[in-house]
Amino acid sequence: MPRNTSDVDGKSSKNRKSLSRRSLMQAGVGVAAAGYLLRKGALPAFAAEHPALGTYPAGTTGSSVFVGGVMPLTGPYSSSGKDMQLGFEMAVDHLNNGSAVTEQIPTLKKGKGVLGKKIEFQVADSETKPDPAVEAATRFIRDNKAIMLTGTVNSAVSIAIEKLGQREHVVVMIGNSGSNDTTGKDCQRYGFRAQPSAYMAAKALAPVLAKQLGSNLKAAYLVPDYTYGHSVYDSMKQFTEKAGWKTVGEQLVPLGTTDFSSYLLNIGNSGADAFVNVAFGADAVSSTKQAEQFGILSKMKYVVPNISQFQAKELGAAVMGGTYGTQAWWWTEEDKYPLAKLFVAAFEKKNSYKPRWGASEVYIQTLVWADAVERAGSFYPGDVIKALESGHKVNSIYGEVYYRAGDHQMVRPVPVMVGKKPSDMKGPEDFFQILELVPGDQVLPPLADTGCKMPGIES
Amino acid sequence: MPTLAQFLSQAFNGLAFGSLLALIASGLSIILGTLGVLNFAHGAMFMLGAYTAFVVLGHWDSFAGALALGALVLLSVGWATERGLIRYYYSRPKEDQILVTFGLGIMMVEAVRYFFGGLSQRVPLPSWGQGIVNLGFFIYPLYRVEAIGIVALLLLGFYLLLYRTRIGLVVRAGIEDPLMVELLGTHVRRAFLAVFCIGAMAAGIAGVIYAPLAAVIPNMGEPFLVQCFVVVVIGGLGSFPGAIVGGLVVGEILSLTTLFNPAYAQAAIYAVMTLVLIVRPRGLFGTMGRA
Repeated sequence: MPRNTSDVDGKSSKNRKSLSRRSLMQAGVGVAAAGYLLRKGALPAFAAEHPALGTYPAGTTGSSVFVGGVMPLTGPYSSSGKDMQLGFEMAVDHLNNGSAVTEQIPTLKKGKGVLGKKIEFQVADSETKPDPAVEAATRFIRDNKAIMLTGTVNSAVSIAIEKLGQREHVVVMIGNSGSNDTTGKDCQRYGFRAQPSAYMAAKALAPVLAKQLGSNLKAAYLVPDYTYGHSVYDSMKQFTEKAGWKTVGEQLVPLGTTDFSSYLLNIGNSGADAFVNVAFGADAVSSTKQAEQFGILSKMKYVVPNISQFQAKELGAAVMGGTYGTQAWWWTEEDKYPLAKLFVAAFEKKNSYKPRWGASEVYIQTLVWADAVERAGSFYPGDVIKALESGHKVNSIYGEVYYRAGDHQMVRPVPVMVGKKPSDMKGPEDFFQILELVPGDQVLPPLADTGCKMPGIES
Repeated sequence: MPTLAQFLSQAFNGLAFGSLLALIASGLSIILGTLGVLNFAHGAMFMLGAYTAFVVLGHWDSFAGALALGALVLLSVGWATERGLIRYYYSRPKEDQILVTFGLGIMMVEAVRYFFGGLSQRVPLPSWGQGIVNLGFFIYPLYRVEAIGIVALLLLGFYLLLYRTRIGLVVRAGIEDPLMVELLGTHVRRAFLAVFCIGAMAAGIAGVIYAPLAAVIPNMGEPFLVQCFVVVVIGGLGSFPGAIVGGLVVGEILSLTTLFNPAYAQAAIYAVMTLVLIVRPRGLFGTMGRA
């Protein structure tokens, strides 16, 4: 790619040489890419006129750039946070030092950071709450001049951080967030979400449920009482009812509940044939454990629309076997996507377990961001956002993915899965069988229905 | 409108959960009443009990063993905490006491996270607690029914300790008027150590009992700590019967509110707490002028 010659610290001639070599290889990938590169070729003159915006250029003048991870290392979602942290560390390591995965992505082949700058990073604890998350993210922006933020588990936290990103003009590559609002009514120009929205997950899951469990079931829901829970409930209700199910109960519970007995009694008394549990993280583990003890899991079909990263490991296959649901990604997708196989191997070698979707999301987000920066040829947020919005497909651990410009939802496959019984497991972490990998473009909500009004880059 | 069966099942559930809250809160309450220290590490002590159950039951299939060891571990933790830390704070401002116990709780949680990790641990139900019983109008997990009995026995033991022993007499007198007890020649501070240990033990034993019912994670004590504060405020600071009645009241409110609107269950306990504070600021069983 012809490089932005006005890059803030000025390129050494050695750098420029390696960059032009890469442009040649890129030009080989196809006419479309070449056309894109030509368009981008006009950029340098324009790029020189970039005004200061957010942490640009302040955060990009040195030999390194800083990216911040805000993750729940404590609180009910802390197990997701830890997984995410490991995925984030691996992504930065792979970008800085190269890896078998980045080797497969043309823009990231060289493995020397992003635009020749080493990536520095830190991880801060969000405590699974919006306020500490915003504080930590603000510190990263003010003190470290973070050029990108990622992490965030819990949609309330994710939305708070993407709003901060919009206000401070820093790109936010969102971690775990299932609420439709994240790329819907709360969508931000600076926020990009890799996880399937509740709508996408429900639209992928409901037909499978109807096919596998029957099309005339009555469903009772346990719903965490915040944006994520409401969103999943609404979407699941919409698509299961379309498939013929009836909704007979909704129990709203606060995030961080430990004892679900009274809610579960109501669900047991609701006359439902299916128990749909939207609780997440430690809440999902407690509520599932208690539902089993209350005899609900043996009496009803069990559906978890968004299965937590470690839910099966924490509860065991004896409890989770036969559970239907989706995840943002499950490691056996390595059978389908070569990059996933490389990622799983590298992650397992380093951390001694199979990566979960939390790690996968932050990993893919960091790489997709780096790819966009390389394609933009600049850290200027406006250029990076436009590169992410360009519809350019990136080969990734989820197959080929891209961002929809209108709402910043990643278009990527949704795995619909069922828990394996202990006797069907082929290894200690073979907890799920993927029933279908539903292509993202088949389950995206129509843009007009998302409620997303995308703000401007400088607003 | 809920049916009678639904009402009875929730009322029973309120009793089951409320009795557990009563056990934890009684420890919190007597520490507060006697020592005047609001122990913010109480939730972490509950969590330590649950982790003790996890370790013991992982090696040794004896629930009684887990209970005994949970009591012993928390007795030791209570002893070390009072001797090493809390006693230096008796004469310091309340804010200092809150900060130091709050910090202690964080350290306990993070120490457990360091050794066990953040993933939840599985504690199996004891063999005699597996299955479901039919209670006429509704079915209910056997273990939760048995837990009511275990908690009731423990509370009875607690009662006997406080009301039928000499140390209990000193403790109760200390709650009423520590200065007068000192003047009468009894060394109240020595009783303080006993009270702190007993309070910690109550939390730990409750943690053992609750471990098979929930995700055993480092932060599991937090929601209980908050609910126990409500219990203590409703029941009356420092009152043992108050903690029991307060626990049952909070359990019933949590349970019965879900019959009508589950989203309001948590809010309802604070509404009742506010009401109690307006009508009877010292709590249901509190006496005037107590710490």
